[in-house]
Amino acid sequence: MTRLLHRWPGVVGLALLALLAVSGAALSIFPAAERLSSPRTDPTASIAEVASRIQSAIPGVEQIRRSPSGRITAFWFDNGTPGSAVIDPATGQAIGSADPNQIERWMTNLHRSLFLDDTGRLVSAAGAASMLLLSISGILLVARRTGGWRRWFAPLRGPLAGRIHVELARAAVLGLLLSSATALWMTASTFSLLPDGPAALDQSAASGKKGAALSAMPLLAATPIDDLRELTFPYPDDATDVFTLKTDSGTGAIDQGTGQTLGWVDLTAWERATETVYMLHTGRGASLLGLLLGVMALAVPAMGITGLVVWAAARRGRPSIKGNASPSGADVVVLVGSEGGSTWGFAATLQAALTKAGRRVHVAPMSAFAPGRTRAATHYIVLAATYGDGDAPASAKGFLDRLSALRAAPSAPVAVLGFGDRNFPRFCAYAEAVDTAARTKGWNTLLPFDTIDRQSPQEFARWGRTLGQALGIPLELDHQPVAPRTTGLTLVSRRDYGQEVQASTAILRFALPRLGFLQRLMGRGFARFEAGDLIGILPQGSTVPRFYSLASGSRDGFVEIVVRKHAGGVCSGMLTGLQPGQPVEAFLRRNPTFHPPRGRKPLILIGAGTGIGPLAGLVRANDRLRPMHLFFGMRHRDSDFLYGAELAHWASEGRLASLATACSRGEHPRYVQQVIARESAALAAAIGAGAHVMVCGGREMASGVAETLAAILEPMGLSPARLKAEGRYVEDVY
Amino acid sequence: MKKILAALALTTALTLPGVALARPVTLTTTLKSYGGDGAYLAIYVTDAQGAYAGTLWMAGGKAKYYEHLADWYRATGGNASEINGITGASVGAGRTLEITLDLADALFDAGYTLHVDAAVEDMRDSPNDVSVPLTSTNAGQAVQGRRYVASLTYAM
Repeated sequence: MTRLLHRWPGVVGLALLALLAVSGAALSIFPAAERLSSPRTDPTASIAEVASRIQSAIPGVEQIRRSPSGRITAFWFDNGTPGSAVIDPATGQAIGSADPNQIERWMTNLHRSLFLDDTGRLVSAAGAASMLLLSISGILLVARRTGGWRRWFAPLRGPLAGRIHVELARAAVLGLLLSSATALWMTASTFSLLPDGPAALDQSAASGKKGAALSAMPLLAATPIDDLRELTFPYPDDATDVFTLKTDSGTGAIDQGTGQTLGWVDLTAWERATETVYMLHTGRGASLLGLLLGVMALAVPAMGITGLVVWAAARRGRPSIKGNASPSGADVVVLVGSEGGSTWGFAATLQAALTKAGRRVHVAPMSAFAPGRTRAATHYIVLAATYGDGDAPASAKGFLDRLSALRAAPSAPVAVLGFGDRNFPRFCAYAEAVDTAARTKGWNTLLPFDTIDRQSPQEFARWGRTLGQALGIPLELDHQPVAPRTTGLTLVSRRDYGQEVQASTAILRFALPRLGFLQRLMGRGFARFEAGDLIGILPQGSTVPRFYSLASGSRDGFVEIVVRKHAGGVCSGMLTGLQPGQPVEAFLRRNPTFHPPRGRKPLILIGAGTGIGPLAGLVRANDRLRPMHLFFGMRHRDSDFLYGAELAHWASEGRLASLATACSRGEHPRYVQQVIARESAALAAAIGAGAHVMVCGGREMASGVAETLAAILEPMGLSPARLKAEGRYVEDVY
Repeated sequence: MKKILAALALTTALTLPGVALARPVTLTTTLKSYGGDGAYLAIYVTDAQGAYAGTLWMAGGKAKYYEHLADWYRATGGNASEINGITGASVGAGRTLEITLDLADALFDAGYTLHVDAAVEDMRDSPNDVSVPLTSTNAGQAVQGRRYVASLTYAM
């Protein structure tokens, strides 16, 4: 719901909000410029003094105004011709034109009414209302994404556009809340919807005499010039008229014959509120705040664009579910936890089959789990993949929290189906956690927990028949995974290592494929990638791709991976058998979680075997000479020292700050974690100073490294888990 | 050009003493290119003693700004019933406001004066920008205003 309230005002109002924000930012400059260019007033001077000076310089003066920036303007009639000028308060002399700046006037009209008068004012107000809605829903969404209010400022992970969007929002949201709320107040005031008019001032007791000197008026003598808003002189021919004084605190009438104060009314609370709102919105009287709000407003167009990118990526990432039932009318609710999007494909197959069998099916991401909105549901089905080491996949973030926050589990029973790969030790760990949590909550089980290995259509069909029995309907799930669109890559060179140590490994370098203009412009596919991203390769006769970490970025001009030949491995055997000139079909999968965060903080790179690939790619791309410390574990220095020559060269160029190697065979057999333990003091100091840790390689190596680091960090009150939560410890393991 | 036909006889004008007959009068007000936002204009009549007699037209719809039409505001206290049904949009710089209304014969050659108060946002107020006696001889003669009004003509 919050997401909808964030998305649609954003998408629909994008152009309007960008226009309002940019014009608002431009307008924020004027009060500051006026403040800098206005002559300073002596703050101890009284209104009587300054007004007397002006009156002697300009005898026909009939009104004196002071703007919140301190600029003093006089208005007069000279032989029936009205005139006006900015005044130097020290001399009372006119020093410049008081007419409004034409650019400011044009920009103001654009900003508040789009040159469309009252219609435009209402459109602008609708823009402000959308901005307010976006700010509030955005604050809630950030809390949801980071995992709670206390972590509202926590570091972010994930694709760049999303991170930019949230970082800008964190910096600007307070200003946008203030600007949009005050804009709505000002619109209400303009349309007289607020009781903020002035209180009536009684001036009937005028003496009917004329000729008191300004200096003889106690109210003017007692009020400092900085409190002045407006002093209006009586009509020359009207002895019953009075001096009217408006100050920061109220309005008074002064007899022009006796100089005595005839009456005074304070500003009403509504008037004060409106004036404060006006100051906060325009920066008139608070020019620094105005500039700050202006800068914050500039984030709006950037947030609009990144927001659109995030939205488009989310749409692309999930197949459109045809005929998805509304939440309230659905009897079967399918909740999807997917990282790369393939689980959505299974959900679509399930939804189509159930719908054909006459059920009303609502498919939603697990992160949107809200049983209060699906009251008609008779069955819940959870399809959950697993991310990394048992974590929630992207579309399931927050599901477990939502479940445990429920007062009671839904009465309709649930079936949990896990998707994963049995090659990983923590196979379907997240789905299992979901199933356990459901049972702990007392949620009735529709089907026992089940799993699908490597997207097997056969296993899915089998599970479908069990589900059909439980629902009392025949159910045939015929899932055809959508093959990703691949690109042909041609091998240009290969370097072989490790035959002597029974670890036949090759560094394979492919030519960058030729790309269409549009692809390059949009940065799709192989147009833009970095070391640490993945390429997927479909072995013949398989629908399940194998992924390899890239050891190069698109700027290097080639696609490089490191592959070790596994006994009986279909894909690794095919790749390591490739000769230069031969092609392979591949597609790109971004892996933003394994990109180093920007900045100059040192990177500690730890890898073993083929895990050196993406780490070497990072060092190669280190043009800014950020401190990078590499720990590399191999079998034998003479046999599988991958990138040995390049690493020495990169060290001489300053791309690599230090290199520590461990060889598990030979004279002094050691594992990489032992080298890490040896360097514990230096590592503790670097991590304490904010260094990031990136680990790539086999699962055993990664858990050994995590244990060793845990021991090193413990005295500092840190742990790998805590660093992971902060995004300072990332792993790419296999 | 703004062309407004005030088909209804003006309530204030009709309640003037001695009203017997009325005739259609076209009032054309052209503004200078003063380089500001649209002007609020109050067009009203005072009698031979200078006392407020009635309003003919109010250009500008937001009551909170009427206090800047200082003479008119002093005379009427900003009373909304004075301009009920005779309010239109503000008039842009360089634009012309044309209104046709039925004015009582008794207003002419009897010491009545036609006034225009003008006000523009962020610029100085100009009460009594135009004041011209209502006489048959003045009819058709353009009068220049003091600050915002380039010319005002009333034609019978």
